[in-house]
Formats: sequence, C-alpha cells, structure tokens
Amino acid sequence: MNSTKVAENSIQAAQDSIIEDFELLEDWTEKYKYIIELGQVSPGLPEALKTPDIKIKGCQSNVWLHTELKDGKIVFSGDSDAMITKGLINLLINVLSDREPREILEGDLYFIDRIGMKQHLSPTRANGLASMIKQMKIYALAYKTKLENAN
Amino acid sequence: MESPSKTYQPTSTPFDVDAIRRDFPILERKVLGKPLVYLDNAATTQKPSAVIQSITDYYTQINSNVHRGVHHLSEEATNAYEGAREKVRQFLNAGSVEEIIFTKGTTGGINLVASAWGRKHLKAGDEVLVSGMEHHSNIVPWQMICSEKGAHLKVIPINQQGELDMDQYTSLLNERTRLVALVHISNALGSINPVRRMIEMAHRKDIPVLIDGAQAAPHLAIDVRDLDCDFYAFSGHKMYGPTGIGGLFVKKAWLEKMDPYQGGGEMIKSVTFEKTVYHDLPHRFEAGTPNIAGAIGLGAAIDYLRAIGYDSILAYESDLQAYASEKIGSIPGVRLIGTAHDKAGVVSFVVEQVHPLDLGTMLNAAGIAIRTGHHCAQPVMDFYRIPGTARASLGIYNTRAEIDHLAETTRETIKLLS
Ligand SMILES: Cc1ncc(COP(=O)(O)O)c(C=O)c1O
Repeated sequence: MNSTKVAENSIQAAQDSIIEDFELLEDWTEKYKYIIELGQVSPGLPEALKTPDIKIKGCQSNVWLHTELKDGKIVFSGDSDAMITKGLINLLINVLSDREPREILEGDLYFIDRIGMKQHLSPTRANGLASMIKQMKIYALAYKTKLENAN
Repeated sequence: MESPSKTYQPTSTPFDVDAIRRDFPILERKVLGKPLVYLDNAATTQKPSAVIQSITDYYTQINSNVHRGVHHLSEEATNAYEGAREKVRQFLNAGSVEEIIFTKGTTGGINLVASAWGRKHLKAGDEVLVSGMEHHSNIVPWQMICSEKGAHLKVIPINQQGELDMDQYTSLLNERTRLVALVHISNALGSINPVRRMIEMAHRKDIPVLIDGAQAAPHLAIDVRDLDCDFYAFSGHKMYGPTGIGGLFVKKAWLEKMDPYQGGGEMIKSVTFEKTVYHDLPHRFEAGTPNIAGAIGLGAAIDYLRAIGYDSILAYESDLQAYASEKIGSIPGVRLIGTAHDKAGVVSFVVEQVHPLDLGTMLNAAGIAIRTGHHCAQPVMDFYRIPGTARASLGIYNTRAEIDHLAETTRETIKLLS
C-alpha cells in the first residue's frame, strides 16, 4: 500500500491483502458473496463450545468467540448463526489470530474502513462488528496481564 | 370493506404505475449503485412531490402559529391547518371535524385514548380486549393503563393462517369487557380483520371499539360511520404523508366523556391559578403548538390518494399482492407467514436454513429495501415460534418487475447459502 516495507505476517500485511482482494470485487453483492464464502470455509466452533459465556453482546445475530493461548500467541476461533457474520468474524480472525497479545492490542484496524464496510454497515451491524473487535482486544489485554504476572 | 380482493369491480380510472412512480422523486435515486427497490412501505412510505411541495409552500408562504394571532399570516395558517382537518374528516367520512384530533401518529392516538378515555372509564377488574396480532403500539398503552387501574388485558387468539379466532372472540366479550382495541390490517401478517362485524358484535354488548388503522389507511377506503367504530387511529407517514402527524377519530358521544390529555397552550379557554376552562373540541386534545406543516402535508397526501382513487389503488395492489405471494411463496425453502383469506400490503416469510440477517443483507446489496425482524409484533412471532420474518410490504408505486427482482435475489441467496 505504500513504499515503506510492510513486514510479512504483520497485522498490516494481513489487512493489505484483504484490501487487495476486495478491490477486485465490483459491487456489494460480489463483496458479500466473498464474505459468505469465507464464512462457509470457516470451521466455526463445535456446538459444545458455543456457551453463553463466550457469546458477544450487541450483535443482531448470535456470535461466539473462542480463544486459546498457544506459545504465547492468541488463537481465535468463532462462529455465528448468520453466514455473513461468520464470514466477517473469519476476516477479523485472519487479521488478528495467532499473534502476541501486545500486537493485537496495538493493531490499528483500518481494513474495515478501506474495504468500505464501515460506511456500508447499518449502525446496528457496525456496532456488532465493533463489539467483536472490542472483545478480541479485551481478550488480548487479559492474556497480556496474565502473561506479565506469570513472568 | 371486509374482502376487498373479491368484491372489487374494475373502475374507470386506469392505474398508471409509471406515472405514479414519477410523482415520487426518491424512486429515482440509487442505493449502493443499484436502482432503489423500496419494499418497506409498512414501516413508512415514500412521499410524492405534491406532499413535499405543500410543506415547502407552507414554510415559504404562510408559516405562522395557528389560532393565535389576529394578523393575516396566522389566519392563513389557521385556515390551512383547519382545512387539513376537514380533509381528514372526509378521508375517514366522519360526521364532524370536532371528531378529528391531530396526533403524532397511530401511537400518539392510541396513547391519547388509553389516557384520556381509559383513565376515566377503566376500573379494577375491567377487561380490555386486544388481538394476538397487535403492534406493540396497541398493546403497551393498554398494559400501562390496565396496570394503573387494576384492569386486565385479554387476547383474542389467532390461527395458523393468521386470522382471528371468531369463536374465541365471541366468548371473550363479556360483562367485564370495557373496550376492544383491534388492528384493522396486521403489519406483520397483512391479515385484514373483519372489523365491521367485530364492532357490531361488541356494540351489541355496549362495548366501544378502537381500531388501529396504521396499515389500513394506505390501502383501503375507510368509513368510520359505516364501521361505526368509536375510535380510529392512523399515521400520516404510512400513507404517503409526512412523519410526526396522524389522525384520531373519536366518536362525538365519547368526546365529552374524556378528560383532556396533556395540559398547555392551545387547549385552554382561560387560565387562572384557581381554575382552567378547557377549549372547545377537538382543540382541548391538542395541547401546544401543533405540527402545522405536518397536518398540511397530510392533507396533501389525502388529496393525492383521492385523485388516484382507492378503487384503483385496491385493484392494483390486490393484484400485486397476489403476484408477490405466488412468486415468493413458490421459492423452494420459503414459508409464507400469514396466509389469511383477506390480506393487504404485506408478504411475510421465513427461509429455512437462511438467517434473516443474511437475506436482508443480500437484498440490500441488490438495492432492495425490506425489513427483517419481529416488526414490533413479538406476540405474533412467538405464536409461530420464529424469531422474526423477512417482510416485503407494498405501496402504490411497486411493480411486478420489482417483485421479480426480489424473488430472483431471494432465490440466489438461498442457493448461495445452502
Ligand atoms: C399496525 C400498526 N400499528 C401501529 C403502528 C405505529 O405507528 P406509528 O409509529 O406511526 O405511531 C404501526 C407502525 O409500524 C403499525 O404497523
């Protein structure tokens, strides 16, 4: 996206690749078809994991977000009963999962704006997406504190 | 009145939907790069140029407060405002303008009756009878006044088609029933209730009836004298008029037996700290500076609809309604919710395996505006054991081509998601 070299595997690189993909999609029907595909290929969560305590509040559909710590990195997985929502979760996971808590906390999420999502989503849906991001950052903060206390 | 789809006879006025579409400037716009297909008319309708112009004219030519000044503008504004009241009287075929109260809308009208009538006439142990397909607007005000008075809310059940159970209705009407509050056309199901017959049945037991006409006003010619209802509430914005204005018909016999609703200016004749003398009818129910521009805009909407003619509207919309039900209902995986014999304006449906949010989003991306959710009628959703429906609601400017587009996009979305 600009001349300064973007580190491979960084949050920025992941976002830039999404932005590039979306630039190829002509209109919103195409964009949503792509998001639906992302939802369909996402493994989701086994029913047993979809417990109320990992449900995210403030979404129009049911959204569950699961976290695990692996080698100091947070691995997110998520699910929703609405396929577009599941696709959106998958997008966020592509950007934020498998990273150290600090990286997630510092990550500047500009891709939602750049792919036009921010302007496009209705306020209720945008709030849903914002709730997901917020929840991911809260998890990151919790793990960061936990890791620091353990050291 | 009860079964418009069957009693309709072709009228002399041909219905020219292309000409009508040209009356609505918003229909020219695109959303997300696609031509707008507006199928959310039960939520609110679009406005024709005549309505928009009437509001502009009011503000550019005669804006002034009503019933107050001796100056010329105030007189013109008062005439225009009271002229709009006369138009509403004709629209409802009420006997007198005194029976027409301007409100904010249907919700405002029902709350006025619940408060001004209910506070005076309801007492502990009384029953208010509503139906199982009411909008929250015709449930919550009654719950509030009932709990204040120790009265009870009773519910006429509906059947699987989305029609009222008339046997149950008959047995629910008893000596404790103080009021029946009933929706004319259901916004969630489209069912047209046999209100005329139901009013007659209630009256045989001296029980007054309020009709929620929010969804009827845009589709049916309303005649409050023929219906013989005691109260009739409707909203301007659902019948091509402005938001924030509506009408409430109150039968004359009840007007004098209701307490004023809110206190303030406009509603009084004289005020001292000892005593207030209320203004004449119907102004004592319109405290404060009213929505003058809104009333004038509503008058313009009434003129507009009368010029087209309800016979033509009914014929056109019944055809479109049948077409839409057939088109949407025949998509594999789609289940229509609300299949009453008499229906108007609404095609509500659920799709197996597809979340309504996904459907709504894909339709939106195609430029199609429908509503998904419970439509402020949660008891209806509970009855069908569904969280909500997708609802396409029709107006005078919708076309078969738009229905085809809706059906096609729905089909594609189902294919995509299964
Ligand atoms: C049947 C019915 N009643 C009442 C209302 C409330 O109307 P308003 O919001 O204009 O007061 C609506 C609007 O959705 C409706 O459909």
